Amino acid sequence: MSTAHGDAETPIVAEGLVKRFGSFTAVDNVSFRIARGEVVGFLGPNGAGKSTTIRMLCGLLRPSAGRAIVAGIDVARDPERVRQNIGYMSQKFSLYGDLTVVENLRFFGGIYRVPRALLAERIRFAVEMAGLSGRENALVTTLAGGWKQRLALGCAILHRPPILFLDEPTSGVDPESRRRFWELIHTMAGDGVSVLVSTHYMDEAEYCYRVALIDRGRLIALASPAVLKERELGGELLLVECASIGAVMAALHDAPGVRDAAVFGNAVHLLVDDGARALATLPAFLAGCGLKIDRIELMKPTLEDIFVHMVGAQQQGDGARP
Amino acid sequence: MRIRRLKAIAVKEVLQVWRDPRSLAFALLMPFMQMILLGYGVSLDLKHLPVCMFDRDASQTSRALLKHFQASQYFAIVGGFDNYRDLTKALDRGDCRLAIVVPHDFSERLSDTGASSIQAIVDATDDNTANIAIGYAQAVIGGFSSEVQLERAGSEGLPTTAAPPATAQSRVWFNETLESRNFIIPGVVALIMALVGAQLTSLTISREWERGTMELLISTPVTPMEMMLGKLIPYFAIGLLDAGFCLAFAVFWFQVPFRGSLLTLFFTTSLFLVVVLGIGYLISTTIRSQLGASQIAILVTMLPTTMLSGFTFPIDQMPAAVRAVTYLVFSRYYVTILKSVFLKGSGLLDLMAPTLGMVLYATVVAALAARAFRKRLD
Repeated sequence: MSTAHGDAETPIVAEGLVKRFGSFTAVDNVSFRIARGEVVGFLGPNGAGKSTTIRMLCGLLRPSAGRAIVAGIDVARDPERVRQNIGYMSQKFSLYGDLTVVENLRFFGGIYRVPRALLAERIRFAVEMAGLSGRENALVTTLAGGWKQRLALGCAILHRPPILFLDEPTSGVDPESRRRFWELIHTMAGDGVSVLVSTHYMDEAEYCYRVALIDRGRLIALASPAVLKERELGGELLLVECASIGAVMAALHDAPGVRDAAVFGNAVHLLVDDGARALATLPAFLAGCGLKIDRIELMKPTLEDIFVHMVGAQQQGDGARP
Repeated sequence: MRIRRLKAIAVKEVLQVWRDPRSLAFALLMPFMQMILLGYGVSLDLKHLPVCMFDRDASQTSRALLKHFQASQYFAIVGGFDNYRDLTKALDRGDCRLAIVVPHDFSERLSDTGASSIQAIVDATDDNTANIAIGYAQAVIGGFSSEVQLERAGSEGLPTTAAPPATAQSRVWFNETLESRNFIIPGVVALIMALVGAQLTSLTISREWERGTMELLISTPVTPMEMMLGKLIPYFAIGLLDAGFCLAFAVFWFQVPFRGSLLTLFFTTSLFLVVVLGIGYLISTTIRSQLGASQIAILVTMLPTTMLSGFTFPIDQMPAAVRAVTYLVFSRYYVTILKSVFLKGSGLLDLMAPTLGMVLYATVVAALAARAFRKRLD
């Protein structure tokens, strides 16, 4: 049975976490639970409060209110025991640049007291996983971004923690490295490791079992990507390509059956109640406004659509408040 | 506390120092340069003070007196004048620090009355030097007077041995040659160790903050105690190496007599290292930039050690309030110990008070340092 305090099946529990820095509220009443072997993506723009939440879960920051329970332990009460059970990758690269690949791994092996009998094998695995075979004795500062990040992951999992906190582990990493990175994370999740990973790459969130959308400190949605797309949008999505985006946007806001419109690059994504009807009526409506469109079609929503839509809804809600 | 974690930190620290040419040079070359610089630069002895003469008497007797000045190693006659104006100018320009004026009736009065006086004008912009110069000048004149007395006694047929009825036979102990270097060099050693020791550890925590490695480090189960010991042990070894070097340099290069036991020296030096390394670490935990930490480390070690440790200014002669403050200066204990071990050959029993002072200091600093490090970002 799962309790409010978390257990083996829900190793990460956030209960009403709040973090204030002076008058600024970085994290505002965030609650969620992450199950064993689950990969949860933390999605949101820079400064949304992702790092601050992760740091509270690791015991690096003291929550202003609320509780963090990790591996069944209250982080505020016994942070050291929590730290035995977690692996952490901070947003900023934080291995020792003036140490070699192997020296860094040995250092963390010592810090986490990885049994000596296992250490050599684990280091070999980490080196291979990071694609650094043959460069074991290179100074870390000489490595390119993707290798550095994978080595950082290697260090974070050297002690085989059941819980991983990864704060933007793939920022500044090339696409191929990012793909390998996610494969690794899925392998570990398959072994029962719970992973909370933050990112601002919307496409990466598709790799997660569930996605937590966070905006200006508040958790605005938490569900699987598929559910989010279906449920949160509450309609169908149309892609409209045209020359005069500004005018089309203005006109569409008054169009019948249109719930939301957002600009994505050189196109407009349109949220409508009924896709088929909108396809039939909108071109004529726009033509009536004297606007010509190049293309209009039904499209599959991405998480970015969801995010933009939800943030817009939140902001309207804020505006309505006194 | 886990030895395994402590060892991991220590090994990492050694590798980092080893790969950082700046801190390596600082740890190993700085003591050498400072020993040379301070060992030669700081001397309170007065030698070859420039002196100008205005001999208005120009007699055989007055010339004999001036010869006495010339023969003394404390003075060097750099010029002679025949008027006050030029003499004053020479003093103003700083060509000489002392001017001796022999009055025109010097030899006359000496032979008539048996007593005469000369004028000494001293540049007292540096009052310490001026006092010493006057003292030496009086000694030179005193030597000349007794010679004159002896001569006169001889010429009057009195037994020459009876001339000076009583003299003080002073015997100097511990620093027989009265070389100020002999008591300054041990102080220099203390100064260098305080400076280098605190400087080395002042960077160790702030470096982790500055490079961003601290965030990861505090997310691990490492304890503040493991962190402190792991970081201090390598620097303790470097500090001992530096201390050994400085002390050997003092004995073999500067020829400072060493009369104590090596064991006493080793024990007290280790204690002092604990204090200075701990102070550096304490600074490092509170100041998150390397530059800031190192500046503070210089400030808290150099200033009190130079001014208030008894290294240059004798503590006994300080006003009572200042003397009370010196008990807070960690290096005063070590300076006292070093001077005594070197020059008097004192053992631990003789040095009980300053040693206990250091033990107390080391305990307080270590306790503060162990508690100062918080595994938090806020």
